[in-house]
Amino acid sequence: MTKTTIPVHLDINGDRHTLQLEPRVTLLDALRDRLGLTGTKKGCDHGQCGACTVHVDGERVLACLTLAAQAEGRTVTTIEGLAREGELHPVQAAFLEQDAFQCGYCTPGQIMSAVACIREGHAGSDEEIREYMAGNLCRCGAYPHIVAAVRQAALEVQS
Amino acid sequence: MTLELSLNQQPAHLRQGSSIGQPLTRRDGFLKVTGAARYAADNHPPGMLYAVLAVSSIARGRVALLDVEAAKAHAGVVEVMTPENRPPLATDPDAKNNPFMFRLDLLQNDHIRYPNQTIAVVIAETLEAATEGAALLSPRYEAQPARVGLDGAESFVPGGVGIGSPAVHHKGDVEAGLKSAATRIEATYETPAQYHNAMEPHAIVAAWDGDSLSIDTPSQGLAMAQGRIAGLFGIAPENIHIRSPFLGGGFGSKGMISGPQVLGILAARLVGRPVKLVLRREQMYGPVGHRAPTRQTLRMGMDSEGRLTAIGHHARTASSTFDDFFEPAADASHTLYASPAIATSHEAVRLDTGTPLFMRAPGEATGSIALESAIDEAAAACGMDPLEFRQRNYAEVEPMTGKPFSSKALRECYTQASERFGWQRRPLQPRQMPDKDGFLTGWGIGTATFPAIMFQAEARAVLRADGSGLMETGAQDMGQGAWTAFAQIAADGLGLDIDQVDFRAGSSDLPNAGIAGGSGHTATAGMAIHNAGAAVITRLADLATRHEASPLFGAGNEGVLARGGRLYRRDDESRSESYGEILARAGLAEIDGRGTGTPDSASREAYAMHAHGAVFAEVKVDPDFGQIRVTRLVGAFAAGRVINPRLVRSQYYGGMIWGVSFALHEEAVTDRRSGRIQNANLAEYHIPVNADVPSVAALLVHEDDPYVNALGIKGVGEIGITGTAGAVANAVWHATGVRPRRFPIRIEDLLG
Repeated sequence: MTKTTIPVHLDINGDRHTLQLEPRVTLLDALRDRLGLTGTKKGCDHGQCGACTVHVDGERVLACLTLAAQAEGRTVTTIEGLAREGELHPVQAAFLEQDAFQCGYCTPGQIMSAVACIREGHAGSDEEIREYMAGNLCRCGAYPHIVAAVRQAALEVQS
Repeated sequence: MTLELSLNQQPAHLRQGSSIGQPLTRRDGFLKVTGAARYAADNHPPGMLYAVLAVSSIARGRVALLDVEAAKAHAGVVEVMTPENRPPLATDPDAKNNPFMFRLDLLQNDHIRYPNQTIAVVIAETLEAATEGAALLSPRYEAQPARVGLDGAESFVPGGVGIGSPAVHHKGDVEAGLKSAATRIEATYETPAQYHNAMEPHAIVAAWDGDSLSIDTPSQGLAMAQGRIAGLFGIAPENIHIRSPFLGGGFGSKGMISGPQVLGILAARLVGRPVKLVLRREQMYGPVGHRAPTRQTLRMGMDSEGRLTAIGHHARTASSTFDDFFEPAADASHTLYASPAIATSHEAVRLDTGTPLFMRAPGEATGSIALESAIDEAAAACGMDPLEFRQRNYAEVEPMTGKPFSSKALRECYTQASERFGWQRRPLQPRQMPDKDGFLTGWGIGTATFPAIMFQAEARAVLRADGSGLMETGAQDMGQGAWTAFAQIAADGLGLDIDQVDFRAGSSDLPNAGIAGGSGHTATAGMAIHNAGAAVITRLADLATRHEASPLFGAGNEGVLARGGRLYRRDDESRSESYGEILARAGLAEIDGRGTGTPDSASREAYAMHAHGAVFAEVKVDPDFGQIRVTRLVGAFAAGRVINPRLVRSQYYGGMIWGVSFALHEEAVTDRRSGRIQNANLAEYHIPVNADVPSVAALLVHEDDPYVNALGIKGVGEIGITGTAGAVANAVWHATGVRPRRFPIRIEDLLG
């Protein structure tokens, strides 16, 4: 029984980790199964639902379509790394206030997408928010409240 | 006609009530926005292995060969579970002794009766190894032709539809009503198979300790799951501890424990280590239920003033070859529109598919889109505005039974929603509203309704000497807001500020909260909580009013009220005493009380109980390409007491978006040759994305209902789908002049 593993150095939420991984391990499974960072969710494992959205070097990526080894030398931020010293990020606070989720399973991905959406300058109108948040599915149908939350957070982040 | 309510069931607001009705944010919200909420698959006990299902790629036949050796030879694979080595069960998984029990595929043999049925389970040290091991099994099959589609087999009349409803109902003479009618319509509508597709795939982490079993898994019905697993494994229910604090959506698919979840328990048994098993998305299209397809024919007759003389509603649907669940679509015509003659009937075929199950508004959603479309066709045939036609045929009593409604604020729903929408400016004829960009605009209406169901639930309440309270019930939160709404009911029931109340739920070692389904959880578990609160307050009042040192001495139980952690004399509120003082004097650290939530059979015998609503939709259709966009939705709903308007609005929005999805998006497509589902993934099985969803408004119409239960709660989880789907379809007709008769509405149907 042989197993081929490679060392992978990951910078996640400001913490450095060295993992010995099979090359086929995705960033999503490394986060969830090896590092205990289970806030990032698996909904489809095919890049179709957005539940696994994280930031790599500040840009939103689908962790299920990213091999852990591809994140070597890059900066990864997950939902666990968004709040600073116990204080919610404005997007997290807006999601809570606007009731922008129900079951909560897609929520970490929605929030990571929303943070990037605002940073990209794509939260200028409700229509633009709907379009640039369209990669994150929500089966509960929280979309109207997600739009409201992103709108509210965008104003706070920009001010 | 009124019914006397017993004293301990008096409406809560007469006694207390500061938390109920408040738009509190979710109590579990902080956990959910920080990623700290722990869903089943987030658990990782020491020594845990990963299990991955190998599933059938044929619809019917048997497994001829599995390369178990190749799978076991893969590095990291620990074991392969097949019918050869699957641990024994105490009960045949094909046995069935109640209508809520469904047959499970637990590797009992090599037969295949639907695509995506489990044929083996690979257990490995890593998820990657288990996944690769499953691929290495390289199954060979002996396949038989699949029975596919509503014409794929001989039909029969099922013994019952839904849960125990007769397949055929009638009152009056429909044929005579049609014959005497001045105007008649007949139309047939088709709805597709749909899959729940909760964002969280079914998952289980199971660990055995001797004959005790520890489980993390999403469940809409903890006690039922516990009982089912106990029966299958021949162990006592109390030896099984299931934790389900958060469900990543359920929509009915997590109501009963499913085969794959039990296979996770069997895998853990086989290897003697904890096992995690999570369905892959494509594996959710088979063993965890779906909404069956329907073909519904509606016949209606109207007199010269647009009054219905007859409604005939016939539905053809499908179940699996091996179990019974029949979508009760035609029953939608029992409750909404007044008619002297109504006949509903069902027939069904058996197909090589997984067994269909409850999916958000089972029967109501499928029936509603057909009924609301037909009502619209009837209005058009009479030359009447479709809102006016619905009001003309407003049911003052439940049409099928003649029972009075316990409450029905549908008129207010029509008024409020139509005013907000601007309905009075709607031209009667279709294709009259092109917009400035040349798109065809259409406006449609649908009436929403859903029964106010209650099940059985229990709760336990505790008051402590430090002035705080505890409420326990094994309630399930799949996103509807149980953690918050029940804490609000608990706070009022205990006469405490919500911050003084600990609320425990989501675990099978708590009192049985019944099932989170049928839109009945808030009413049922809510009443258990309310009654548990009343029980413990009664004990506290006993301690106070019978003690000479208390300022409440002699007031009697009915002479005090509980508020803000104190008991007050009703006739002199200057006399009061805190809970802590009462318990301290009695030398008690805490006292408890228990309550049950149960439907009141006398009032249910006397009254028909339903929530109602009205939904208005605007669509824009590209006249050249037929592309449909919903641009506006306004709904108004009356569903009894609202515990938390913030959460209720979210439920209505969610339901309305499911209605849009029903009309325009969702469909599982089955390959007629292989019987396999061709779009078993979230890219090709379409559900709405954010950009598909327009401006949505949900108006909460006030409704007091003294009969449905003491709290006046009906239920809001499913009603939003009903009405909305039909409203969208009717708006498409109004935009284009083409009447949609199959769903989801296709571009090619509009282009003709």
